[in-house]
Amino acid sequence: MSVSVLVIGAGPAGLSAAVAAADAGAMVTLLDAGDGLGGQYWRHLPPERSSVREARLHHGWPLFERLRERVAADEAITVLTEAQVWAVETTGAVTVRVLVGPADAAGREPLALAADAIVFATGAHDRTLPFPGWNLPGTFSAGAAQALAKGERIAVGRRAVVAGAGPFLLPVARSLTDAGAEVLGVYEAARPLHAAKGWLARPHRLLGAARKGPELAGYLGHHLRRRIPYRLGAAVVEARGEGRVEEAVIARLDADWAPVPGTERTVAVDAVCVSHGFTPRLELPIAAGCRTGPDRFVLVDADQRTSVPGVYAAGEITGIGGVDAALVEGRIAGHRAAGGDRSALRADLRRRRAADDVARRIEAAHGVRPGWRAWLRDDTVVCRCEEVPYGRLRDTAAATAQDSLRSLKLTTRAGLGICQARMCGRTVEELTGAAPASAADTSDQRPLAAPIRLGDLAGLATTPHGGKDTQ
Amino acid sequence: MSELVPRAADPIRPAAASPLRITVDGATLEGLQGQSIAGVLLAHGRTAWRTTVAGHPRGAFCGIGVCFDCVATVNGESDVRTCMRRARDGDAVETQDDGTSNDGTEPGERP
Ligand SMILES: Cc1cc2nc3c(=O)[nH]c(=O)nc-3n(C[C@H](O)[C@H](O)[C@H](O)COP(=O)(O)OP(=O)(O)OC[C@H]3O[C@@H](n4cnc5c(N)ncnc54)[C@H](O)[C@@H]3O)c2cc1C
Repeated sequence: MSVSVLVIGAGPAGLSAAVAAADAGAMVTLLDAGDGLGGQYWRHLPPERSSVREARLHHGWPLFERLRERVAADEAITVLTEAQVWAVETTGAVTVRVLVGPADAAGREPLALAADAIVFATGAHDRTLPFPGWNLPGTFSAGAAQALAKGERIAVGRRAVVAGAGPFLLPVARSLTDAGAEVLGVYEAARPLHAAKGWLARPHRLLGAARKGPELAGYLGHHLRRRIPYRLGAAVVEARGEGRVEEAVIARLDADWAPVPGTERTVAVDAVCVSHGFTPRLELPIAAGCRTGPDRFVLVDADQRTSVPGVYAAGEITGIGGVDAALVEGRIAGHRAAGGDRSALRADLRRRRAADDVARRIEAAHGVRPGWRAWLRDDTVVCRCEEVPYGRLRDTAAATAQDSLRSLKLTTRAGLGICQARMCGRTVEELTGAAPASAADTSDQRPLAAPIRLGDLAGLATTPHGGKDTQ
Repeated sequence: MSELVPRAADPIRPAAASPLRITVDGATLEGLQGQSIAGVLLAHGRTAWRTTVAGHPRGAFCGIGVCFDCVATVNGESDVRTCMRRARDGDAVETQDDGTSNDGTEPGERP
């Protein structure tokens, strides 16, 4: 009898895991919360508005088309879209609870799925550090600008700035211009020396990173062609406006990302798109009991195996290495989850080393530096959901000498809103120095991976683990 | 202002989708099949549709279903992430004001 493999997330990592597992002879179920495949990287137009020229908006689109056709055609692969995994149970075999149907609708079809092996490939969302005005409409995460341009052909503004840290800012600027927006500038917090140290150390190794090198070179060429200024050591330190963004304040930063006084200048804009890196979507692996490392990614061995038997992880939940890393990790995870032989993986193991190298360079060059706190004001909202300002958070932490994240959250309500601290969790930890009591007490731990309606919960013969409901 | 790339000017020229109509707080908005509800609103230049407890406007922020800023009541169901929900012809969307709960009480009166 063949092995059954359940793959959660149909981005680059999950798609390649599903195909590799089927190639190794497994029966595969691939599911994703979205209604299309491709994850964040290959987010694309819905079938009603498809385009034969869509490849122009993407890198590696032919590869995506091959993967998509394969998972649709292969009888050994069952694809479930609009399938939101909302809980993981570990009594006995690891079982995932799924609701299938339109996002957040009542009465979606409940499923409980288990398999011989599970591959988590839930990816990451971008992280935006707070700054005054980041809660004004017209401020978007850079990922939102990207997702809306690729997935809906929406330009989030006519005059935009893109800011934050990391190579991701470049494709975002490109997508915005392709959608007709004027991009006034891309502001990268890392200073030139810092960025160069990360990227130029041992340049021969970058050659091994198949897609990323040429892709980045392509964006830089694009920048020069379109004459979008790309400034290193600069940031949007404030967004201003009456009820929506009308101006962005840009300042030079020192090597620690603290704004250099006197360098502020104001530009009129209607969109500010900001991302300072990525946060892995860890709630499912953590609920399954998978150990995470000191850098807060799922720990995996050479076979992409987590600390829980039969549970694998691939893609951005194991480290931010971009699409090449996600693809190769997915292949290794899928192949091994299906019981495939390790000797078939030699080339992929080599590719993964090159991809790991890219991940280290991104972190070295663009990792968050502590000086950014200097752009906060007492009334800057840190937790968007509960509207907790920085001053109150800082004073509460100081007054109570809080060392438990949980009690700090209960006192201030920071991180207790409907997003379950996805937006502010790590920032709150960083700003207050409040230590999680244990790995299971970090902001990454969420008993429910998605809000679920009381009516649906009552209808499911299961023990709710507590957590916030939407009604 | 947010806007939809005009089809004729779009280098990738997506297929012409058939139109749909939704209502937002009773007013009719035209959209296209395949758009998310947030997409319909943004295509009309609307970047805010929710009001927070403190009375501040919010709209889409993360665009991929993780921040919950863009939630609205859709066909009577509250807290639907509009960036994740495809619009369907006839959808009745009501914007949410967190300063007043659904039963009309002020936030301080809530249990
Ligand atoms: C908005 C956004 C846009 C991006 N665009 C680019 C880009 O243009 N270029 C670039 O180089 N990098 C981009 N990135 C970085 C990108 O994350 C990686 O390059 C790549 O997509 C990672 O692949 P992955 O397979 O690990 O995860 P993802 O592509 O993120 O795929 C994860 C999938 O898991 C699904 N999922 C998560 N949780 C659940 C659940 N509970 N139940 C069911 N399904 C679930 C998600 O719906 C998603 O489809 C983007 C990131 C974001 C957040």
